[in-house]
Amino acid sequence: MPRDPSNPRALPEQSEWTFDLIEQAHEEIKRVARRYGLDTYPNQLEIITAEQMMDAYTSVGMPVSYNHWSFGKHFLSTEKSYRRGQMGLAYEIVINSNPCIAYLMEENSLTMQALVIAHAAYGHNSFFKGNYLFRSWTDADAIVDYMVFAKNYIAECEQRYGIDAVEELLDSCHALQNYGVDRYKRPAKLSVAQEAARTKEREEYAQSQVNSIWRTLPQREEQVAADAPAHRFPPEPEENLLYFIEKYAPLLEPWQRELVRITRKISQYFYPQRQTQVMNEGWATFWHYTILQDLYKEGIVGDGFMLEFLQSHTNVVYQPPANSPYYSGINPYALGFAMMTDIRRICENPTDEDRVWFPDIAGSDWLKTLDFAMRNFKDESFIAQYLSPKLIRDFHFFAVLDDDRSDKLTISAIHDEAGYRDVRHKLAEQYNLGSREPNIQVWQVNTRDDRALTLRHTQYNRRPLNGQAQEVLRHVARLWGFDVRLETADPSGHVVSFLECRREKRGR
Amino acid sequence: MTYLIDRRLQGKNKSAVNRERFLRRYKAQIKDAVGRAIKGRSITDIENGEKVTIPVKDVNEPHFGHAHGGVYETVNPGNTEYQKGDQFNRPRGGAGGAGRGRAGNSEQTVEDDFIFELSREEFMNYFFEDLELPNMIKTQLTQTIEYKNQRAGYNVSGTPSNIHVLRSLRGALGRRIAVGGPARRQLADAEQALQALLDQGAPLDDEQVVALKDRIHHLHIRLNAIPFIDPFDLRYSNRIKVPKPSTQAVMFCIMDVSGSMDETRKDTAKRFFILLYLFLKRVYEKIDVVFIRHHTAAAEVDENEFFHSRESGGTVVSSALHLLQKVITERYGSADWNAYVAQASDGDNWDNDSVLCKQILTSAIMPRVQYYTYVEITDGPPQNLWEQYCDVAAQHRNFAMQKIMTPADIYPVFRELFKKQAK
Repeated sequence: MPRDPSNPRALPEQSEWTFDLIEQAHEEIKRVARRYGLDTYPNQLEIITAEQMMDAYTSVGMPVSYNHWSFGKHFLSTEKSYRRGQMGLAYEIVINSNPCIAYLMEENSLTMQALVIAHAAYGHNSFFKGNYLFRSWTDADAIVDYMVFAKNYIAECEQRYGIDAVEELLDSCHALQNYGVDRYKRPAKLSVAQEAARTKEREEYAQSQVNSIWRTLPQREEQVAADAPAHRFPPEPEENLLYFIEKYAPLLEPWQRELVRITRKISQYFYPQRQTQVMNEGWATFWHYTILQDLYKEGIVGDGFMLEFLQSHTNVVYQPPANSPYYSGINPYALGFAMMTDIRRICENPTDEDRVWFPDIAGSDWLKTLDFAMRNFKDESFIAQYLSPKLIRDFHFFAVLDDDRSDKLTISAIHDEAGYRDVRHKLAEQYNLGSREPNIQVWQVNTRDDRALTLRHTQYNRRPLNGQAQEVLRHVARLWGFDVRLETADPSGHVVSFLECRREKRGR
Repeated sequence: MTYLIDRRLQGKNKSAVNRERFLRRYKAQIKDAVGRAIKGRSITDIENGEKVTIPVKDVNEPHFGHAHGGVYETVNPGNTEYQKGDQFNRPRGGAGGAGRGRAGNSEQTVEDDFIFELSREEFMNYFFEDLELPNMIKTQLTQTIEYKNQRAGYNVSGTPSNIHVLRSLRGALGRRIAVGGPARRQLADAEQALQALLDQGAPLDDEQVVALKDRIHHLHIRLNAIPFIDPFDLRYSNRIKVPKPSTQAVMFCIMDVSGSMDETRKDTAKRFFILLYLFLKRVYEKIDVVFIRHHTAAAEVDENEFFHSRESGGTVVSSALHLLQKVITERYGSADWNAYVAQASDGDNWDNDSVLCKQILTSAIMPRVQYYTYVEITDGPPQNLWEQYCDVAAQHRNFAMQKIMTPADIYPVFRELFKKQAK
């Protein structure tokens, strides 16, 4: 039903936005979102300029962050790409916090602002609030406070110990950012006041813990042989490298330990986002599409609005095929939106194939099913559970096997009857963080002798480490203070290669 | 509950600090790039901005990640031709196009060198960082700004000593004419009428005659009542104070353009002077630059001729030094001037002339200048001029000499000569 201009709630067909119009659009979107039962944090919409958007880009949307040269580098390359026209600025950046902050660029038209509100302020927002990973690993109420704390603490350290010392330490922490995450425990609640109060306590306690480990003196050789086999330290391999360094590195000053901890906490905060990109974008795209369609049906927005919106939407969910020069991997928006829409289709109009493949959800209430999916899955499990043969056919998915023992590539599955399960399984595997990143854990520390740290990389599918590993080891050695060794072992435990980084014994 | 906040006016350039940090961290590389860039440029575009390239390994943020090898199985969309079990060759270049995307490589591999642009301002900043004219002691004596009075037209108010008599009287005259105008006309009319009556033969006690005479008398009185001069007429000379420049420095550039300086050497000398010139213009607002060119005879020239003319001849360095001495004494002799000299030559001088040079320097020039630099552009052994100058250097602390062998040395030598001295 086209927009009825005499409808008092209809939005005017114009590209200029005003604050009143944005609020009006927001009210309409909120109403429709409530009708679908989307549960969100309170929204905070901020209008910003393009330059501020570039700033937001480099700080991943965080309104507050500490200073580091790497952010400067990202800013420079973003600015360069933008000025050359190689990229458009994202029209939406949103962060997971309570209240949820969404940024609207002032150059957007009214349609785009409405799109951003539906997508970010209701789509992403409800995802952040509902998905189990975010609920377990992040505390939306405290993150901005924590960033403020981090920024101030780091600025103080810079004043006291010099910019160079802090920069070196942060470089090393950033190198290990992806290995500073707990995968099995819920972190303690963060807040500015608590952190400030506990820091001092932690310093003293940590130092005393470290002292107790190093009580043993280096022994003469005969004695070493005579002694019973020592307890291995740590008794179990530790996967959170930054945690291990923070607690046990013998030569770190208390302020350095705190910096490692800050990096760890921030990394933990961003951990769920790496694992739910497809779902998150798919969910938000699905809802912006649904809500705006509803508004059109109610006559609140008109044809011009929908044309502009559909053009933007189509560009965003376009998936170039693998042989196209524009191909750069699977577009999460495309895949996510397709899957969400497909789930709705399976619920509302199931075919026989759907009834065979998805007996639980075929014909069920689509709203409940989608909500359940959003809350309880991450990318890997979501794809493994819900990718349908129809979508595999739509995308013409095919799997390529690249084995370095053979000199040719093999197609291992395509979108035919025999291949559906394989393709689904392999695609899900692609989103598994455990196989994307090398499995490196603390194996042991040589407590009796040269205090060397041994890390073990357990190979997955015989994949080798890349050329940066030596550089990263250097950073680990700087943090640890003594020699560091990285062994690469095959799944049976047999060591196939190793890398080493030695530290000078005198001084630091 | 929604909050709609307009943040457009606040917090621009939040990344400025981070950008600065980045520039600071890579200062060494940026300076390298700047030094290299200068070498390749022609004299005319020495001033432009520059693209700086920093090798990947330096800006890299390393992370653990997988490399090619082992077993990878990736799913891609858009199959148009393959069946299960098909085999084909590995595309060259690591199969980047086959959707390796997220399945393997380290998440932040940067393939190209990191390139960014320095603006012209930033480029000049790095180029001339830490450089200054040394020994600028004379400025510290003139802490207060000195003014001198200068005439600047006229004013309607002022002090009695500034009354400009001529203009005041001119004004007064004008006023008298203007104010008395109507009365004077009436007087003329009346006198004319009176004369007409008298010509007609009217007696002197005629009514009209008497009335006219009365009128004429009145008008005379009126005209006399106009004041000769009025405060309104007064004009005063206007004098304004013009600040005298307090840091006064003059740089003398002496270039040897004799035949022994071949084209490349002249080019090197010109580059050195161009650097010097840009440096001075940039850092010091009020500085005079005097260009002296010499072969057997010396001549003071302007900037254009200095850099672009093509004269040649023999070499008599003392001619330049004589001219230098003359110019200093005539124009820059007062105690307010900081004089600096930069001389470029290839060291090849007329035989007996070098001793004469040394004499002129030690007696007349060195006492007068703050800093004298000599650059010798040659890759041969030192000749008599160099040796004489070594003596001068030994005796005077503010004499510096350096050799330039290749154009690549220009910039380091330049930096060496003018580096900031620890205070």
